[in-house]
Parts: sequence; structure tokens; C-alpha cells
Amino acid sequence: MSLLNMFNRRGSAPVARDRLQLILAHERAGVGGSDLVMVLREEILAVIAKHVEVNSDKVQIRLDRGQDMSTLDIDIELPLTAVTKAGPAKVKAAKLAAA
Amino acid sequence: MAKILVVTSGKGGVGKTTTTAALGAALAQAGKSVAVVDFDVGLRNLDLVMGAERRVVYDLINVVNGDAKLNQALIRDKRLDKLHLLPASQTRDKDALTDEGVARVMDELREKFDWVICDSPAGIERGATLAMRHADVAVVVTNPEVSSVRDSDRIIGLLDSKTLKAERGETMDKHLILTRYDPARADRGDMLKIEDVLEILSIPLLAIIPESMEVLRASNVGCPVTLNNPLCAPARAYTDAVRRLNGDAVPMSVPTDKKSFLDKLFTRRAA
Repeated sequence: MSLLNMFNRRGSAPVARDRLQLILAHERAGVGGSDLVMVLREEILAVIAKHVEVNSDKVQIRLDRGQDMSTLDIDIELPLTAVTKAGPAKVKAAKLAAA
Repeated sequence: MAKILVVTSGKGGVGKTTTTAALGAALAQAGKSVAVVDFDVGLRNLDLVMGAERRVVYDLINVVNGDAKLNQALIRDKRLDKLHLLPASQTRDKDALTDEGVARVMDELREKFDWVICDSPAGIERGATLAMRHADVAVVVTNPEVSSVRDSDRIIGLLDSKTLKAERGETMDKHLILTRYDPARADRGDMLKIEDVLEILSIPLLAIIPESMEVLRASNVGCPVTLNNPLCAPARAYTDAVRRLNGDAVPMSVPTDKKSFLDKLFTRRAA
């Protein structure tokens, strides 16, 4: 610990507390079985799969759980055959405010 | 082809997850591609220690069951491109892990990475034996405390009997990492000495991690200690451990942090 750190009273513990509060809020909400973001993930994929044949290797899902808002980012590469216009297209969904 | 390394201990709270994150990050910092895998189903924590808890979508059980592809479940570290995390499931119990499913996932990981590091749950039950099953190398994490040393001895027995390597008649490559070591207390005779622990467990020493505030500080902010403060004593100890794993001859030492005059004054008062 340097002299500089000694004056930095805030330290790392408040970061730990904030991170825990955030992740526990999400986990407690999910215990009832309906993690909204997870449900949406499944349903969005199901809707797209109904219209085009989706290769599950070409689906990337990213998630960022936030305090007031979580971001669900679904990247689906649609093959040439699935799209009328030339070239693979990308479908992107969705920015969600978590309940 | 990856080397599969299991971080195990028997006893809980001795630093398996800290060690997994630190070794994984240090290997990635040395340019290796690494996957760290959390086997603690139901009580995952590696994601939290690595600061990826907000980004978990799929987990090990999803991949084992075929609900998700491996590359969809792997979370790439935001700071180190070559470091990846496969989180454990938080909700389902460990019976959901099948032997065949885990074997398939480990084979796939072996193809993709230079190192696969499996973070074992505490205890000696299914989760722990599955974590060690496919390992080529084992790191046994031990505190200089009687209960920890005894449990490590038990785990060494399992490494020599319950792993695929043991069943093939080969010897498991085992290493000891001694954590939370305080040279001053050992000198005073209030803590088991390194030589005592080594004599009892009789496996080679990979590193001595000194007791340090930096370990807690790193987990508070969700960053492996070797990345959060690469020059602090525990980070240097883990970095040396990784160099030894990669075959370098690095002399063994207990790294220390230089203390300022004020720090000395305060720690003395606290002690």
C-alpha cells in the first residue's frame, strides 16, 4: 500500500458491495423461474427460427446485466439462402429495460 | 492441444477460485490461450472473481446438455483477449453433469486452447472428482493450517486413484500452492512452516502465496490479482508459478511487498 492509497479512503469494498447488490438482485429475481432476459432470449430465437433456418453455430448472444437496464444482444447470421437480398444479413435485438 | 489443469484442495475457502483466476490470467498475460472452467455447480463464484458475473448467458451444464454450443457459452475476458471463462450453473444441481457430457466438453476445450484450468468445488464428492477426472496436471491449494493440510492429503489420494490418468496407470503431475503464508508468524513458530507442509504432503512446491490485502482487493473489484496489480507480492508469486508450469527454472521465494514507513507504523499498531 502506497501513501497515495492511504488517502484513497474509498478503497475497493464499495465496489464489492455494489457488484454484489446488482448480481444478487438479478439472481433473486431469477429464483422464481422467470428471468425475464432468459425468457426473451428463448422466445426471440424461437420466432426467428420459425421464419428462417438458423444455424445455432452462427448465433452469438451477449448479455450485460445492469442496475436499471440490462442489454441483451443477439447476433444471428442469416445464410444467403435465407435472405432474399444478396449477402448474409445480421439481425440484432434488443435493448430492454429490466423490470 | 491443451494441458488440462485442475485446481483443487478438499477444504473450502483456501483460495482455489483466486488461484484459478490468477493462474488463468497469468498464463494469458504470457501469451497462452486459456479457458477457466467453474465446476462448482450451484455455487458458482469464478465469474464474480473474474468480474464477468453480469455477462453470463450460458453455463457448463447448458453445454454438457447440448442446449448451447461451447463458443456461445465461453465468455471472453474484457481485459485479456486470450482468457475465456466457462461459468458453472447457479441453479441446477451437480447431478446434471454427466460423465460423457463432461468428457465431450473437455475434449472440445482441449482442441481450442493451450491451457484449460478447472476450478474444483470444495469437498470430495462428484463435483470435485469430475473436475479432476480429465486433468493432466493438478494444483493442490493448501493453507498452513492443520485442517487444510489433512484435506489436501485426502485430495492427493483421489488424484492418484479417481482420475483418468491414474486409471491408465500413469502418475498425476501434482503441485502444491501454499496460500496465506505469513513468514513472520512461521518464524515465530505460530504457523506451520513450508518445510512441514511439504514433508507431510510430499508433493513438489509450485508457489508460496503470501498473506496479502491485495487478494481481497482484487476479488472486490472482480479482477484476477495478477492483472489488478501485477507488481504486488501475490501477483508475482502466481506469475512465477506460471513460469514454472511452462518449464522455466525460477528460484523459489516468498515475494514481499515493500512497506512504507507509515505502513509499518500502522501494521505494528494493529498487531
